[in-house]
Amino acid sequence: MSTKEWPLWEVFIRSKQGLNHKHVGSLRAPDAQLAIENARDVYTRRNEGISIWVIPSSEIVASDPDDSDSLFEPAASKVYRHPTFYDVPDGISHM
Amino acid sequence: MNNDLYTYTLRIADDSLILGQRLSELCGHGPILEEDIALTNIALDLIGQATTLFEYAATVQNEGKTADDLAFLRYEHDYKNVLLVEQTNGDFGQTIVRQWLFDTFRVLFYDALQHSSDTQLAAIAEKSLKETKYHCKHSSEWVIRLGDGTEESHSRTQDALDLLWRYSDELFFMDETDQAMIAAKVGVDLAALRPIWMERIQEVVQAATLTIPTNNWKQQGGRLGKHTEHLGFLLADLQYMQRAYPGMQW
Repeated sequence: MSTKEWPLWEVFIRSKQGLNHKHVGSLRAPDAQLAIENARDVYTRRNEGISIWVIPSSEIVASDPDDSDSLFEPAASKVYRHPTFYDVPDGISHM
Repeated sequence: MNNDLYTYTLRIADDSLILGQRLSELCGHGPILEEDIALTNIALDLIGQATTLFEYAATVQNEGKTADDLAFLRYEHDYKNVLLVEQTNGDFGQTIVRQWLFDTFRVLFYDALQHSSDTQLAAIAEKSLKETKYHCKHSSEWVIRLGDGTEESHSRTQDALDLLWRYSDELFFMDETDQAMIAAKVGVDLAALRPIWMERIQEVVQAATLTIPTNNWKQQGGRLGKHTEHLGFLLADLQYMQRAYPGMQW
């Protein structure tokens, strides 16, 4: 018996129209079609979604945790990048 | 009471209940986590269908019985499911082939039944058709992958098909109950579904590089309450709680 495991897939679910697909987790499946079906069974059985994306986990390119100082640290001190210095007129709601 | 309508509804309900019970035996024992969940989902769908069908059968019967009475408190010979659905799970190939033969039939059956003149059966068929289409897609995809997979998966799937093929004929069993229901525009003429079923089965068989058995020995009896030895054990599991603690609820 083969001990080879099925490849891992990352699953993204769009919960409703107009929202982005959101990463919800990962699962194993022998191919793309069955990855979609497994995702349907594992992640949408309680009405969580209207659309599914799957992508082989091996295709994800990730940033290196060792680079986090140079990648993310510089943004921490740049408070002026947040749009918090504007006065919102009284007439504007839902901001 | 309309005896034909009662029997007709009960036969559909029993197919769903017994296959649902069989599949639920795999809960926690599926070949892989994802497939465990998939099979359990299908089991739940089938038991959900059985619930509405039993509720309707109890109404038609009009003897003050509940859906639970019908599901849990009949004797073996009173169950009218086809022999196919009571067959044991066997290996994954056997579970999947059984499911696929049944699902392919069920899609066609519900598709026709949703035009029944009986509004209740039509509504149940329409609702059940959607989930059954998914079941069928799932089991068909698996038959193709197992058949056209490794040497081992191919031979196991072929063995399963050889074993279960003899029970496929009974899916199209019809007797005077069916004739009466067809005449009343309630029931489905299964003879008309058969060539389409065969066509769909052959499509998958071909893609799966499997062979339809040439042995045409056919086994039937379930629709009349004559079952294989497997049903009794299944019912013992299914009925234990209601027999041991009559009327218990949770």
